[in-house]
Amino acid sequence: MAEPLLEVKDLKVSFRTEDGVVKAVDGVSFAVDQGEVLGIVGESGSGKSVTMMSVLRLINDPNMQVEGEVIYKGRDLMKLHKDEMQEVRGDEIAMIFQDPMTSLNPVYRVGDQIIEAILTHQDVGKPVAKRRAIELLQQVGIPHAEERVEDYPHQFSGGMRQRAMIAMALANNPDILIADEPTTALDVTIQAQIIELIDKLKDEFNSAVVLITHDLGVVAEIANEIIVMYAGRVVERAPTRQLFYDPQHPYTWGLLGSIPRLDRPKLERLHSIKGMPPSLINAPEGCKFRPRCPHAFDKCTEEPELRNRVEEHAHLDRCWLTVPDKRRLRDETISGEEAA
Amino acid sequence: MSGANGGDPLVEVRDVKKYFPIRKGLLQREVARVHAVDDVTFSVHEGETLGLVGESGCGKSTLGRTIVRLLEPTAGNVFFEGRDISKLGSRALRPLRREMQIVFQDPYASLNPRKRVGSIIGSPLKIHDIDDKKGRRKRVQDLLQTVGLSPEHYNRFPHEFSGGQRQRIGVARALALRPKLIVADEPVSALDVSIQSQMLNLLDDLQKEFSLTYIFIAHDLGVVRHVSDRIAVMYLGKIVELSPAEDLYVRPIMPYTEALLSAVPIPDPDLAHERERIVLEGDVPSPINPPSGCRFHPRCRYMTDICKEVEPPLVDYGRGHLAACHHPLNVDRETLERVQVSKRHTPGSADEEARPQEPGRAGAGPIPRSG
Repeated sequence: MAEPLLEVKDLKVSFRTEDGVVKAVDGVSFAVDQGEVLGIVGESGSGKSVTMMSVLRLINDPNMQVEGEVIYKGRDLMKLHKDEMQEVRGDEIAMIFQDPMTSLNPVYRVGDQIIEAILTHQDVGKPVAKRRAIELLQQVGIPHAEERVEDYPHQFSGGMRQRAMIAMALANNPDILIADEPTTALDVTIQAQIIELIDKLKDEFNSAVVLITHDLGVVAEIANEIIVMYAGRVVERAPTRQLFYDPQHPYTWGLLGSIPRLDRPKLERLHSIKGMPPSLINAPEGCKFRPRCPHAFDKCTEEPELRNRVEEHAHLDRCWLTVPDKRRLRDETISGEEAA
Repeated sequence: MSGANGGDPLVEVRDVKKYFPIRKGLLQREVARVHAVDDVTFSVHEGETLGLVGESGCGKSTLGRTIVRLLEPTAGNVFFEGRDISKLGSRALRPLRREMQIVFQDPYASLNPRKRVGSIIGSPLKIHDIDDKKGRRKRVQDLLQTVGLSPEHYNRFPHEFSGGQRQRIGVARALALRPKLIVADEPVSALDVSIQSQMLNLLDDLQKEFSLTYIFIAHDLGVVRHVSDRIAVMYLGKIVELSPAEDLYVRPIMPYTEALLSAVPIPDPDLAHERERIVLEGDVPSPINPPSGCRFHPRCRYMTDICKEVEPPLVDYGRGHLAACHHPLNVDRETLERVQVSKRHTPGSADEEARPQEPGRAGAGPIPRSG
């Protein structure tokens, strides 16, 4: 098989703080191909955003330390000069941020912000760029785009702002679109619109999409592959159907079980994962999920490696339980019937 | 959760309207009005949880705030334990504040960053002059334990807590005065799914322990189903459907409800592909100039001419299931002939004889059922 479009190899990101070293990302590897959607799922603080921000080298912190390789089209992005990186960013790899309220500049017109993105990377005149901006706004479903292009961000609703962000990200036909919780701040109805839009645009532009979210429901429909992150590590990585129908890690079970399901009878109580994510300064010894895991046993004090344990080769996980044990234990948690 | 039963309602909202004036010019003349809540009537019984659902801008938060009288209604009445509280002044309201409390959506904005947790939770006790300093401290520590935090957190500041923990502090503050009614305004929307379920379970436990009545505001029908006995769906300031919780999911009558249901993501790839996805076009229209007739008509896929002209009344389809629509879904012909326009829009006037069973319109529902 050919080289994947983007390959991240053993990425490690740590921050020095007064209290100690925070290992935000600890050995994350994945790959994405053209026309594919990769879902990155995890709780706040699991390192999912930091992973993608450091792929784009967007974090500028003197206390940060990054290791690992990010191979994009045969080049290691980590080794590029600042100016070369600037050319890749926003042109070949674009990012949509979580909060559409704060990621647009409130004192510039929406249109001008999109035009700026075009002029930075393309050798065209302003009128051409403006026409392109209007076209983009139409493409993402903003009505009366010719007029709205003159609006300021505050004149847009939350859903429209997120669309404008997507339009801006698509301005230069990027190969890779990174969407960091693009729907978390939005209503469910608008969330459905945005997800459908990303799915449609992916086909139109043949881009690869990396979708970061804390809600497995959001990625169920559009992702090809999903990685589940916990405490800076990948705990499970699998093709989408595999992850939902044969999940191997107790944390994934917990995530699946905590979603109130409309497709199932109502439960007396929802399953919830006990406790909170661990501190990344003094992470627990061994398996990082051990303190919250109802199935932990002696062996868990030693950290399991991320490797294939089931029939499907592309399915990797980080758990010591045997596969038959997992298949026996998990249903209670996933269906949410287990007493919380 | 315990269902509603006879007796007088704890809260009764009658023809409530809340308009916000838009003023312009030197003289600050009123040029238009935002129709945030427009003629809403319902009641909530003791021990019940009423879910209030709708998109941003539908008036659900305004309604919640009007009920606990953080806002004064423009017209209409709010009754609490049979007493009209809609026109009371702030002094007269003070004793009532002990009975009703609110939990806000944003756990970052709703706690004063310069106050310690102990004083945040203790301030309602202090205002109402309950207990001496020592007694209050004990009460606050007990409250912290009740909501799943530790008494040692008494002297910490809000920034030392995660989003889920802060929301627990907000709940403890609301509980401090042992209220009868808690309005929870999107209490879990800002939280991760795993923390969200902890929070929902906590609210459930507290309801049982303190026999609370909830008005639970949310935009996600998945979350609301889990906590509610009855659910009211709002659109542009109006209640468009009001129903016992499970019935709303089995047979939504209003097309807007159907669309809201189909927007809830299902964490099951095969079912998600299979189901009919109704994606609503555009945003909620401006409540300054709401659309004529049925306010949902510009986004409705069943829209006909009558929807543009005549506003559909809230109709009782039996068993406490009310909806306002010219083209009701999931209602059989027999029921259609028998239904009557509800007088008070409350389930009290439900026609017990009307038992809609067969859906009026066949076809795949918005939510497929897995085994």
